[in-house]
Amino acid sequence: MSSPSASKVQRIVIVGATSAIAERCARRWAEQGATHFYLLARSQEKLSAIAADLQVRQPQAEIVTAAGDFVDPAAIQSQVTEIMTQAADIVLIAHGSLPDQQQCQASLSETAEAIQINGISPVLFAEAFATLMSQANRGTLAVIGSVAGDRGRKSNYVYGAAKGLVTRYVQGLQHRTAGSGFKVVLVKPGPTDTPMTAHLKQDGAALASVEDVADDIVKGIAKGKPVIYTPSKWALIMMIIRHLPRFIFNRMDI
Amino acid sequence: MKNLSSWGRLSRQPHTCIALHDRKGVADQLEQFRPGICYGMGRSYGDVCLNSAGISWQTRGLDRLIEFDADTGVLVCESGALLKEIQDLMVPRGWMLPVTPGTQLITVGGAIANDVHGKNHHVHGTFGEHVQELVLQRTDGQRLRCSSAENADMFRATIAGMGLTGVILQASLKLRPVGSAWLDTDTQAYQSLPEFFELSQASEADWEHTVSWIDCLSGDTPRGIFLRANHREQAPPDQKSQPSRKKSGLVMPLVPPVSLVNRLSLRPFNAAYYALNKRKEGTGIAHYQPFFYPLDAIGHWNRMYGPRGFYQYQCVVPEDSMHAAIGEMLTAIGRSGQGSFLAVLKTFGRRPAAGLLSFPMPGATLALDFPNQGQKTLSLFTRLDDIVSQAGGRLYAAKDARMPAVMFRSAYPALSEFTNYRDPGISSDMSRRLMGS
Repeated sequence: MSSPSASKVQRIVIVGATSAIAERCARRWAEQGATHFYLLARSQEKLSAIAADLQVRQPQAEIVTAAGDFVDPAAIQSQVTEIMTQAADIVLIAHGSLPDQQQCQASLSETAEAIQINGISPVLFAEAFATLMSQANRGTLAVIGSVAGDRGRKSNYVYGAAKGLVTRYVQGLQHRTAGSGFKVVLVKPGPTDTPMTAHLKQDGAALASVEDVADDIVKGIAKGKPVIYTPSKWALIMMIIRHLPRFIFNRMDI
Repeated sequence: MKNLSSWGRLSRQPHTCIALHDRKGVADQLEQFRPGICYGMGRSYGDVCLNSAGISWQTRGLDRLIEFDADTGVLVCESGALLKEIQDLMVPRGWMLPVTPGTQLITVGGAIANDVHGKNHHVHGTFGEHVQELVLQRTDGQRLRCSSAENADMFRATIAGMGLTGVILQASLKLRPVGSAWLDTDTQAYQSLPEFFELSQASEADWEHTVSWIDCLSGDTPRGIFLRANHREQAPPDQKSQPSRKKSGLVMPLVPPVSLVNRLSLRPFNAAYYALNKRKEGTGIAHYQPFFYPLDAIGHWNRMYGPRGFYQYQCVVPEDSMHAAIGEMLTAIGRSGQGSFLAVLKTFGRRPAAGLLSFPMPGATLALDFPNQGQKTLSLFTRLDDIVSQAGGRLYAAKDARMPAVMFRSAYPALSEFTNYRDPGISSDMSRRLMGS
């Protein structure tokens, strides 16, 4: 049932495991035969529902869930150290929340919170994992960024700045670990149909299905692709957006 | 606001979409946003899932599996889970949903609310017969556990209840064991209705699945293809038993400016389909996916009917009048020159209904797709309605977008009892059309 490369994947760690994208990725890994899961999130209640689902999909799997702290650097360090007492094949850092740009512009504390949860927190987790995983010289660390991190746009540049921080961080980490057995993957989803984007959907935006996005991520991680745009059309769209001259870009309402 | 359509694409109206994704949070969401109606995959054909200019509760995010007992085969899952997810996961483990309709791209909640049936009605009845328990969230905050032992009346009302009794949060489904993902099939061509009914009757005892495609333009002596199948204990030696997760590449990429099913295409289509299948007469082996869900292989096939969409007309007529009524309907359709490429004729078995408003009854059911040609199509339906009503039959709400309320009331005598179980915070285009609220 599982391909030879998939059967090697046994222990999966997911930070922000209640995110819709992470949940769908976990299902794929469970169906491919992953045997150990460590799921970290803020809400234990939501984690229990997800763990039960994975257990039905993979009766043999051992699933550990934990409610964690996503802000305090010392707490992040100690959680990661504890998680990594066993080696991981895949670590996915998936947490985040889409802030309202207008509210960020009206309130510095909203802005600080948005940058904290979407930028600083995932980077701190990644750094903690990277240190231990590069020592072990194995495994894949995947971090979910966003197409929004590719160029600042007036409609959501606070979120974009936080995701841009993730992008630059992962680039540096990939540079640092190049050629080693430890792989780092940056995932850049386009707008995806999840609870996080429910208000966009209400406005009639066309959103990618979370199942398709998760399939792309799971496949991309298996291949060790350095950057995964999903759906893949966003690689082209963002290449154009990044290269548009300012005098054109500034006239666009995006 | 987002424009929503159902599978027939007859309307495209704005809805305020509220995504349900956490069963503990649903009560609050319903209290805050009501009245509304559940929308899963939008695979019902008419307006049962629509609430134009109102609220649509989107259930696809409620798709977690909760528990599976490998000894009894009982699966507990959230209502937004797809039948396909369940089949893909469980068939390799030797379990299968006992009843599925012609597509597996529907939610468990939708399968219950429409009490769907498959090709094996005479053996396993409707989907609702295999629901052991469900949890119903009412919009007033009440949460009810419903089964034949607990809140049994609400249970019977919710099965085939068109989503009007509450939001189904989760269901316990009794799966059936299967030896493999494969079926032994037998294909027979028939040249008249009596021949069809003979084949049906002769097949009931020995074949679990029976269905037929009928050429609705072939006049007074209609020809068709009769298919029957049984589950195989073992996969054929040269086949993999694992259904593929890969999607077929076939997608109807756009809506053509006119229906591709039209006067010019229909006769050659039907003639070719008949000729091709007649050549396949006899026994064979088929994987359950192409056998049960042939159209799932073509994404967005409903687009081929063009921008005006299409109606599906599905009726059932009781045993004592079915021979005459089906013949009359085929004659009326032939005369109108409008017709259906996908015409399905099959018989239902004698089983007590699972829900108050369940569609099947002992007799024959005919299902046809018609491109929407406005008044011309509706006039044909009026003629067909007369035949169905006189025969003592009825129409299938899951497929309907136009039946008169009076026809619904007289064909579903349990309607007045059903009304007692409705949730006042739930309303749909269909409930307003057929029940007045």
